[in-house]
Amino acid sequence: MIAGRSTSSRIAGGIGLYAAIAAYMVFALFPIFWTLKISVTPERLLYSEGITFWPSQTTLKNFATVLEASDFPRYFMNSVIVSVSTAAMVTVIATLAGYAMSRFTFRGKATLAILLLLTQTFPLVMVIPPIYRIMGDLGLTNSLIGLIIIYTAFNTAFATFLMQSFFDGIPRDLEEAAMIDGCTRAQAMRRVIVPLTLPGMGATLGFVFTAAWSELLFALMLISSDAQKTFAVGLLTFIGKFAVDWGQMMAASILALIPVCIFFAFLQRYLVTGLTAGAVKG
Amino acid sequence: MTYAVSEIRSAVRPRKRRLSRAAIEPWLYLSPAIVLLVVVLLVPLIIGISYSFRKFSAFKSEYVGLGQYQAMLSDAVLGQALVNTLWWTLASLFFQFFLGLGLALLLDKPFYGRKVVQAVVFLPWAVPSFLSGLTWAWLFNPIIGPLPHWLFALGLKAEPTNVLSDPATAMWGPIVANIWFGVPFFAITLLAALKSIPSELHEAAAIDGASPWQRFTKVTLPFLAPTIVITVMLRTIWIATFADLIFVMTEGGPAGSTSTVPVYIYVSAFKSLDKGYASAVAVLLLVLLIAYAIGLIAIRRTLVRHV
Repeated sequence: MIAGRSTSSRIAGGIGLYAAIAAYMVFALFPIFWTLKISVTPERLLYSEGITFWPSQTTLKNFATVLEASDFPRYFMNSVIVSVSTAAMVTVIATLAGYAMSRFTFRGKATLAILLLLTQTFPLVMVIPPIYRIMGDLGLTNSLIGLIIIYTAFNTAFATFLMQSFFDGIPRDLEEAAMIDGCTRAQAMRRVIVPLTLPGMGATLGFVFTAAWSELLFALMLISSDAQKTFAVGLLTFIGKFAVDWGQMMAASILALIPVCIFFAFLQRYLVTGLTAGAVKG
Repeated sequence: MTYAVSEIRSAVRPRKRRLSRAAIEPWLYLSPAIVLLVVVLLVPLIIGISYSFRKFSAFKSEYVGLGQYQAMLSDAVLGQALVNTLWWTLASLFFQFFLGLGLALLLDKPFYGRKVVQAVVFLPWAVPSFLSGLTWAWLFNPIIGPLPHWLFALGLKAEPTNVLSDPATAMWGPIVANIWFGVPFFAITLLAALKSIPSELHEAAAIDGASPWQRFTKVTLPFLAPTIVITVMLRTIWIATFADLIFVMTEGGPAGSTSTVPVYIYVSAFKSLDKGYASAVAVLLLVLLIAYAIGLIAIRRTLVRHV
């Protein structure tokens, strides 16, 4: 393509390119591979073959134990309840807010955008001491509802920017045409805009689900009863409380990865919008 | 669009009613978001600031003025935490950024199987941070992890012991985990910026005899600059306040060697009864971050003016 480069230097460049790509892939996958490897290693081989690349025998016993004889299925369900509720609430709230930010000009809009942006860079540790006390006074410690409220608030600003960028991508002529044809704004939104924004809402749902699924510090602080623990809290207290059963812990970790991997596969095409939402606005 | 709609409306409806409706309607859609943010973020923030002027004990709290702030001055652990925060943020950011840039440049080239490669190398971003922390803690564990043995074989460690249990090296554990976790962010955003560079520019530069390095510094970098500035700024704040990995891997230990300011706030809010002191440290962190942001914006302004 570019004149002046010999065949051999192009081949060397190609080899360099693939070597670099291979290095990145190994770096990205190795920790996950290792977790998987330990999770299928039989307990009696762990100390002799703990650091070999693949055990001489494999077993699914750790997975069976985690699924049948531990509290992890309950933690898993708690995490599902919290993450799904948070994602659903945030998506509804952010769809409304993002619509307002995209389709109206009103006094105070620029200020509001800046304030929303500030909440996105706001260090959440700031509110750890007061929230710890307030939630205690309200009796919302050890409650999934308390977590859902907190997570919903934390994800609202980001999701609003995300939804705004999806609304911005829909031609305004469409709803104007609907309104000229006699639809009210609400009808235009329901019949024209919402169907077109469904993929965007799906992406928001996925991003918020992943964020809520991953949250640890607030859950760890507010939840201590075994019945209400999310997966992150359950896994971490499991380590503190019992003599460490490596195989079971890693089996549980692999199980916790499954939902985020499913969402990740779907979110691939929205990664850029998702990661830059809010960063260039305001 | 807005003026088009208001024209349509003003043709149909009396002017006064349109004004009031149009003024209220966006706020109606925004109200759930605003109420939630005020109740869960703003109110606790204000309460937290008020806590920082009080001292809490088991059953009561008393007003101590700037007492908590004075206590911070003689807190050696906090001083250590500030230094740790700086080190943690700079080291993580440096490697995340350059490895992310390298990855973005690679993925910008056409090659066989790029879609699959992209999905694989971006995967760490989706892994929950507590799992990233645990996984890396396990990799550093000599019983079940290979890393101590590799470091030993390379001669970097005298014995295959855990990096995380030595105060001199412990911070590298969370930093490595953070690099692993954060490279995709930079790669994704920089790749998007790379794709927006018109290909004619590269072709014209190549025809004019520019070397690949010249094309990178004269065409690619100027195009990436705005994205780099904004992502680095946001990431710095984000990394500085990110406590999950450190908390999971070391809880700030051994001997406070990995305790950053957010970890310190979290541990003191969690473990000691005095929420006042934790709140005062949190206010300090907020002030430092705001100063950083203002400084950066000022620098950017002068740069823009000179260009």
